Amino acid sequence: MSHVNESHSDVGHATVDVPAVRMRAIHKSFDGVPVLKDVDFEVRPGEVHALAGGNGAGKSTLMKILQGVYSKDSGAIEVDGRAVALSSTHDARAVGIGMVFQEFSLVPTLTVAQNIFLGVEPLASGLIRDREAVARSREVFARMEVDVDPEATLGQLGTAYWQLTEIAKALAQDARILIMDEPTASLAKHEADTLFDLVGRLKARGISVIYISHRMDEVFRIADRITILRDGRCLLTEALSDLTPAQVVEGIVGQQMDGELEYRLRAAHSGSADSTGAAAVPVIELRGVTAGPRVQDISFSIGRGEIVGVAGLMGSGRTELARALFGIDPITSGEVLIRGRAVKLANPRTSIAAGIAMIPEDRRAQGLVLDHSVRDNLLLPLLGRFRRGPLVDDRAARTAARELIQRFRIKVADDSRAVRRLSGGNQQKVVIAKWLGTDPAVLLMDEPTAGVDIGTKTEILETIRALADEGMAVLVISSEYSELLAVSDRVVVLRDGKVHRVLARADIPDEQSLQLSVQGA
Amino acid sequence: MPTTTSTPATGRGTVAASPGSFLQGFDWRRYIIYIGFALVFVAFAVTLGDDGFLTANNLLNIVRQSAIIAIIAVGVTYVIACAEIDLSVGSTAGLASVVTAMAISDYGLVAGIVAGLLVGVVVGSINGALVSLLNIPSFLVTLGMLGIAVGIAQWITQSAPQPILDPTYNLVFGGGNFGPVPGLLGWMAIVVVIGAVGLAKTRFGRKVLATGGNRMAAEFTGINTRRIKFQVLVISSVLAALAGMLYAGRLESGRFQWGSGDELSAIAAVILGGTSLFGGAGSVVGTLVGALLIGLINNGLVLAGLDTSQQQVVRGVIIILAVALARRK
Repeated sequence: MSHVNESHSDVGHATVDVPAVRMRAIHKSFDGVPVLKDVDFEVRPGEVHALAGGNGAGKSTLMKILQGVYSKDSGAIEVDGRAVALSSTHDARAVGIGMVFQEFSLVPTLTVAQNIFLGVEPLASGLIRDREAVARSREVFARMEVDVDPEATLGQLGTAYWQLTEIAKALAQDARILIMDEPTASLAKHEADTLFDLVGRLKARGISVIYISHRMDEVFRIADRITILRDGRCLLTEALSDLTPAQVVEGIVGQQMDGELEYRLRAAHSGSADSTGAAAVPVIELRGVTAGPRVQDISFSIGRGEIVGVAGLMGSGRTELARALFGIDPITSGEVLIRGRAVKLANPRTSIAAGIAMIPEDRRAQGLVLDHSVRDNLLLPLLGRFRRGPLVDDRAARTAARELIQRFRIKVADDSRAVRRLSGGNQQKVVIAKWLGTDPAVLLMDEPTAGVDIGTKTEILETIRALADEGMAVLVISSEYSELLAVSDRVVVLRDGKVHRVLARADIPDEQSLQLSVQGA
Repeated sequence: MPTTTSTPATGRGTVAASPGSFLQGFDWRRYIIYIGFALVFVAFAVTLGDDGFLTANNLLNIVRQSAIIAIIAVGVTYVIACAEIDLSVGSTAGLASVVTAMAISDYGLVAGIVAGLLVGVVVGSINGALVSLLNIPSFLVTLGMLGIAVGIAQWITQSAPQPILDPTYNLVFGGGNFGPVPGLLGWMAIVVVIGAVGLAKTRFGRKVLATGGNRMAAEFTGINTRRIKFQVLVISSVLAALAGMLYAGRLESGRFQWGSGDELSAIAAVILGGTSLFGGAGSVVGTLVGALLIGLINNGLVLAGLDTSQQQVVRGVIIILAVALARRK
C-alpha cells in the first residue's frame, strides 16, 4: 500500500549512466506533414532538463508522445534503460512519467486529496478510505515541504495550490520523471520561487524534471541541460553552463525573424510630436487612477499616433490597469481624460462610447463567440450601425465584414465559417478587427500575440504600427519584452500596482535593460 | 537542499489550516437544505399544529408521498452530478408501470418484475448510447425520450389502466409494510443508502463527480467518461422504472400517467439537496432531504387549505427561493 514511501528508496538504484528517459530517432507526422524528424532526447536521473523551441517546433508533440497521448511513427523510447511502449497515458504513468499540465487537469469540485488519488483511491472492501487518502496526501506534501490542506476543496484555492496538487498527484503515483509545461505562467513571483525550491528538492531525490519554458531567466536558474527543437528537429542538447542566454534565444528563434521584431521609428508619431509639440492634447490621459490594490495612483498619457507599452511582472497590475480603463473594474479615485475631457468609465459600454476599445488577454473566453461565424463575430460591436428599420441590413453588414477581413488579412475562405476553426493567429486578428470596426480613439491590447506563431506575430505587430499611424493611441500590455520594444514609443513600467518608471524608447538600449528595470535592479 | 517550508500564494487562496480559519471557511450554503427543511418544518408545526400536521399519521404520509420522488431523484442525482440531465424519468416510470402490469397479467409475477426493470435498462441504454456515443446533449435525448416513453405506454394500453390482480406484487411493491415500516419507506431507505454510499464512497461515484467536475481532467486521469455517462443514465432509468413499479403496486394498476411530471419534482429535489446543476458535486442524502422538503411543502399547503392553483404558485416560489439561496457562486 505504501507506494508513497517507496520512492525514497527507489532513488538509489538508478545510476547516472542509465538515462531516466531516452527517446531515439522519433518521427511523427500529422496528415502527412512531418512534425518531428529524427529527434533524440535524453534525460538523466535527477536532472532538470529544459526543453525549448518556438511555436510549432515540436515540443508539445514530443512530450505528448512521452505521455502516451500520441503514438510515434517510428523510433524508440527507453525508461531507466528498458524499452517501453507508451500507447496510453496509463502506460506512461505506470513507468513513472508524470505530467504537470499547463492547463490543469484537476477537478475543482473535489478536495485536494480526492484529486491526488482520483482513480487510484485507497479502498477497504470496495469503499474509498478518504481518511487514508488524506493522510497519504499529507505525507506527500510533507516530503515536498509545502503546506497544503488536503481536505480543502480545490476550486477555492489559488492557482499555485493547483500546481502543487498536480505535482503531489504525480508523486503519489510514484512518478520519477515530471514534465512541467510553462509551470510559472500563472504564478506570482514568490509562488514561482517556491516552485523552483521544490524543483530543487525533487532533483535532490533523484526525480528528473523536463522543464518547458519560454523564460530564459528561469531556464538558466533551474535547469542543468537544455534541448532546443527547431522545425521538428533537435538543434542541440547541451549543459546550460556552456551556453549564454543569447545563444539559446538564437537557437530558438533562428536568424530570420530578427528584423521583424526591431523597433522602427514611425513617421506619423515622430511627425505629430515634432509639429504640434507638447501643446497637443493627449488622446487619453490618466490622472492618479486607482482601482483596487493592483492599480494605484497611475498617471500617464498617450498622444495621437503613439504606442505606449506596459511592462511589469505577473501581478504588477498590468491586466488590472486595462480592465479599469475598459470599465470592467471600478475606478475608485483619479480621473481619465479623453481628448482633454474627463469621462466616467462605469462599464464597458461607457468605455466604448468614450472611444476606448479593448482586445483582451484571453481571446477565446473574452473576445470571441467561438461557435459563431467570422462575420457575426466581426459585426457584433457594430450591429447598431447596419439597421434598416428594426432589422439588420444584411448586405451592408456583409460588405463591412468583407472589408475588415481584407484589411486585416484574415485567412478564411468563407466568412460564414465558425471562428473555432481558425488558427490562433487568425482568431486574434478577428478580435482585433472586430474592435477596430468601431473606430476607437484608444486601443488597449493585453498580450496581443499570446499563443500565435512568429509569422502572425510580426503581422500583428505591423498592424499595431499601422493603426497608430492612422492616429490611434495604442496601449500594449505584454510580458514579452522583445515585443514591447518592437512597437512601443514609450514604456510604462509597473511594479506592485504603481508606475515605477516611464521610459522613452530611445532610453532603452536592449531587452536586458528593460528586464532589469521591470525586475527592479 | 533548501529546507524552508514555504506557503505559496500568500493572500490568494486561503487554506483552512487552523481551526479558526476553518470556521471562517464554513460554507453555510452547503447546509442550506437542512436549515431550510428545519425552518419550513417548524413554521408548519407552529401554524398548522391544530390541523393535524404533527400527528404521526400525517408525518408518515409525508414520507410516503415523498418516497417515490426520492427514489427517482437518487438516480437523477448521479446524472446531474455528472453534468448531464435526465428528463425522461417520469415517462419511464409510467411505461414501466404499464409494462409490469401487462406482463404480470399475461406471464405472472416474476416476468412482470423482470419486464418492468428491463424497461429501465432499455430506456437508459438508449439514452446513454445516444449521449455517450453520438455526443447528443442529454437534454435533447431525454426530452425526446420523455415523449417516446409515455407515447408507447399510452399506445400499448390504448390509454386504458392495466389492473394488477397479483396480491403479492401489490404487497411488496408499495402497498404493504416491512414489519412496522411502510413498504415504500423501506424501498426508499434501500435506494438512498446504496445511492449515498455509491456516490460518496466508491470509485464509481468519484468517477461520476470527476466527470461532471472537469471532464477533460477525468479523461487525463484515465477515466472512461463516456462509459460513466452511459452508466449514470442507465442507473437513472432503472430507478425511474422501479418508481413506476412502486406506483403500480401502491395503486394496484399500471397507467401511462403514473410519474407524469415527476422529472421536475426530482430535479428540484436534487438541486435543493445541493447537487451542482453544473456537475461535479452531489449528495444523495441532500437529495433525500430535498424530496422530503418538497413533500413537506405539498402537505403543509394542503393542510393550510390552499387550492391546487395556489399550491402550485407557493411551491414554485419556495423552490426558486431555496435554490437561489443554495446556489454556489
